Amino acid sequence: MADRGGAIEVEAVGMTLRFGAFTALDDVSIRIRAGAFHALLGENGAGKSCLVKCMLGFYRATDGQIAINGRETPIDSPRDAAAHGLGMVYQHFTLVPSLTGAENIVISRADAPQIIDWRKERTALTRFMETMPFHIPLDVPVSTLAAGQKQKLEILKQLYLGRRFLVLDEPTSVLTPDEADETLGHVRALTESGALTVLMISHKFNEVFAFADEATVLRRGKRMGGGPIGSLNRDMLAAMMIGDQKIANLDARRLASEAPDVLDITGLRAPDESGLKTIAVDALRVKAGEILGVAGVSGNGQKEFLEILAGQRRHDCGAIHVHGAPYCATRAEMRKLKVRIIQEEPLRNACAPRMSVAENLAFRTFDIDESGRTRVLLDGKAIRCGAQRLIEQFGVKTASLDTPIAALSGGNVQRAVLARELTGEVDLLVVANPCFGLDFAAIADIRARIMKARNAGAAVLLVSEDLDELLELSDRIVVMSEGAIVYETNASCADPHEIGRHMAGHY
Amino acid sequence: MADAAQAAGIGLWAVPLAMIGGAIRVSTPFIFVSLGETITERSGRINLGLEGTLVFGAMTAYAIAVETGSAWIGLAGAFVSGCCFGLLHGWICKFPRVNDIAIGIALMLFGTGLAFFFGKAYIQPSAPHLPAIPFGFWSSTPQVRAALDVNALFLTGAALAVFLWWAFQNTKIGLVVRVVGDSSDAARAMGYSPDLVRLLATAVGGGMAAIGGGYLSLYYPGSWNESISSGQGLMAVALVIFSRWNPLGCLAAALLFGGAGALGPALQSVGVTHGYYLFYAAPYVLTLAIMILTSSPGRTLAGAPGELSITR
Repeated sequence: MADRGGAIEVEAVGMTLRFGAFTALDDVSIRIRAGAFHALLGENGAGKSCLVKCMLGFYRATDGQIAINGRETPIDSPRDAAAHGLGMVYQHFTLVPSLTGAENIVISRADAPQIIDWRKERTALTRFMETMPFHIPLDVPVSTLAAGQKQKLEILKQLYLGRRFLVLDEPTSVLTPDEADETLGHVRALTESGALTVLMISHKFNEVFAFADEATVLRRGKRMGGGPIGSLNRDMLAAMMIGDQKIANLDARRLASEAPDVLDITGLRAPDESGLKTIAVDALRVKAGEILGVAGVSGNGQKEFLEILAGQRRHDCGAIHVHGAPYCATRAEMRKLKVRIIQEEPLRNACAPRMSVAENLAFRTFDIDESGRTRVLLDGKAIRCGAQRLIEQFGVKTASLDTPIAALSGGNVQRAVLARELTGEVDLLVVANPCFGLDFAAIADIRARIMKARNAGAAVLLVSEDLDELLELSDRIVVMSEGAIVYETNASCADPHEIGRHMAGHY
Repeated sequence: MADAAQAAGIGLWAVPLAMIGGAIRVSTPFIFVSLGETITERSGRINLGLEGTLVFGAMTAYAIAVETGSAWIGLAGAFVSGCCFGLLHGWICKFPRVNDIAIGIALMLFGTGLAFFFGKAYIQPSAPHLPAIPFGFWSSTPQVRAALDVNALFLTGAALAVFLWWAFQNTKIGLVVRVVGDSSDAARAMGYSPDLVRLLATAVGGGMAAIGGGYLSLYYPGSWNESISSGQGLMAVALVIFSRWNPLGCLAAALLFGGAGALGPALQSVGVTHGYYLFYAAPYVLTLAIMILTSSPGRTLAGAPGELSITR
């Protein structure tokens, strides 16, 4: 363990990072005073992670200096950064899932002994935990911990390793609102006590205003502004982040009159991925012209539930009806009942990554002709024309129609899949985490399209880990926890904290 | 049949006794190969080439033992040759977009081919054998003595299984191997190189598989020929999955397979003359049955290292 003095001040001056002709960072300066809780905001690709990675020695900046406590300090590798007490908690946890918390913490120490004396290590850990504001079970495999616990364990690990400046990369993206408030509250307490300086990458304004005391905004590799939180407001931050980009507006919610149920699930049972738990959806109905949001912490059965609806997983018993007809997720049924599915991780679940954009866009229609009869030979020209039309309509950015779809950026893959699934008549639309990892403009665009589909009379089942998204789009919200639907509420009068409690399994 | 058993002196007890003896004899190569493969797979890589390594190890051990007159030097030579095969596998797999399973199959064919090529001259000469420890000295019944003639490598293998089980939780090396096998990203964030750790883990795994081969040619059956392995290296890989990457499980599974393999000869020894040859297939049927029972399309394997190409 490095010595655990107080928080340190970190300053980056004139950071510039170029990859060939592309400038990722352009003369960015940022000063994070000792004990600050500093928020770093910006769109995807604005250079937030480049800046942070330069400060932590993952990238070597083309130009610029780092100063720690006012003294210029060269940082050439993550090891250097660690030696100076600089650490980072990644968005995707770097805990090893099959190891216990204690094993994870001990093995990440640079001076871990060859033979580990667990009794000694455990005593040291217990003593350390007593000085911490929160407690985590250290003797169970990390994979069994909830996301919030993992996040806290990551922070504990960094503190145990003697870090005094921590970068948190979107720390709350996988947490429930209560977990997020609690975790950030503890982090805030640590900064206020002078033990830690924090730089938090975020694009949630709520948490920035609630917890941070300073902010810096980046756009396209440049510093656009910032300062103490008191001197800023939401509109200023938003303007700095997105500039004069056009953001799609959400259509007004068209009120649905008495509409028939499109999707009707009763008594569905299936084993989950581990085979140990059961997915049990007793009754779930979605009406035409309604968005039903399914909230839940990831890993509570949503993935398996979607796989059943998409035909990727078999269920043991129960019935799924679409328009009153039994539905087993075959291609013929999807076509006849007009079911469209947008899975999460579209590149893996909805695309053939090495096939071209045009081919991927034609997956729903390549085997039938205009009158709906089965084709024997493919019509290459029609496939290309159709793809060209969709690409223009949905603003998919691709070098050409023949580019393998895997070469597109995440947002464009998502747009391409959306284009394919939302074209033609749609009666039932199943969507999972459609905006995960996309930037402002893309998110607004995709949400607007989902709302359009709803207003056009489609029944929409929206599964998302982002509660704000569900609250914005849904008519009704249900919560899935441990594979079962445990709570239902109308979105217009929903209480996020109540939903969060059900997501966390406390009810 | 009853007469034959009577003649053997201890009646039908001869069958379980012969199976215990057989289990110990037959299981030893399984133990070494599967423990080696456990190390490799725990680091996140599959080496299917162990069949080739095993055969090449058998040839090397035998040839060196013939030339030097010492079975132990032969075994050491086998270990070194196995490490070389492991290093080759690990080195090739380091390159991007290389599939470890395909490389494993290539090295399996390469290893057996090379062993046949160099081993032609050693089919005739006889090599010194590895020693056995006569734990049955107290008994006057020859079957008991035969069953309890335990070879030194079996004991080493059993001790190694316990040691590995301990080491995976209590040593830095053990934890690092598990970290690399479960999450390359985490390993890199900690400053370890997944490629290097996997290279070394594959080398050690190869070396151990070659020792298993050395046992085949230097103890049981105790001669070098081209059909010496009959797929034992491949079955040991299946065994690792069956035992859920747990060294103690490997030991138990190897004994189970060994016992199943000894069933045929044991029945034959008490005079069963019809259908006993069907029991020679027992280990293979067992492999198949176990693979079917322990897998399911609907769930992922519990305990599988996260970086393994078959589970990713």
